Amino acid sequence: MSETVKLHYDVDGDNFTAAGEASSEVKRALKQMGFPSELVRRVTIAMYEGEINMVIHGGGGEADVEISSEEIRIVLTDHGPGIPNVELAMQEGYSTAPDNVRSLGFGAGMGLPNMKRYTDSIAIDTELGVGTTVTMTIKVGG
Amino acid sequence: MKIQEVVRILNGEVLCGEERLESDVHSACGSDMMSDVLAYVKDQSVLLTGLCNPQTVRTAEMMDMRCIVFVRGKEPDETIIELAKEAGIVLVKTRLRMYSACGRLYSAGLGENSEEHV
Repeated sequence: MSETVKLHYDVDGDNFTAAGEASSEVKRALKQMGFPSELVRRVTIAMYEGEINMVIHGGGGEADVEISSEEIRIVLTDHGPGIPNVELAMQEGYSTAPDNVRSLGFGAGMGLPNMKRYTDSIAIDTELGVGTTVTMTIKVGG
Repeated sequence: MKIQEVVRILNGEVLCGEERLESDVHSACGSDMMSDVLAYVKDQSVLLTGLCNPQTVRTAEMMDMRCIVFVRGKEPDETIIELAKEAGIVLVKTRLRMYSACGRLYSAGLGENSEEHV
């Protein structure tokens, strides 16, 4: 693959049912491009957790994915409340999600830790009252 | 073990994916918490869960799982069934509770993944 493929998705913050659609489409695209299944799984799990976070906490936003032969880069941007304490949010089991989210199978405080677990790098840029941008990269062949 | 065998052991009912019942599955996991499934599971092809919403299918799809078993008689709605059809995932329901369903499959030789202990 000689050039970078760019994909863009809007993530609807009011529709829990639709959460994961963008990750699902990215998964299909990566499979079609012939990336190894283990890599595809890491990319899509990380993106899926991020997408769920955007719906639960961020009121939706945008997802941008850049795919090249060297790396896959996922940028998730929301305009939600921001993360007051990123260090705490990165700890497994720490969650600010409301109880109704737990009844949906999420909100166990595993979202950001999972995103870190499956990617080669993660950067979180957040400002209270403005929003959060999460940038993740996964090296191809790394 | 073939998915057909999973259905038989659990006295299950197939809700979609009949054409894939001859597929082989080698391991399984049981959880109602999808974030735990996404964190700890590797190469498991059957998900047993009491969680009945579209994200159950999405989670299985992201993990490359082949079959979801809804325990405790949970009934997925049409949205969930349609998503599973699109993702090529077999949906099964059983009246058994989680513990019994997992126990029966485990006893029949469908184990967990060795990397599950983290």
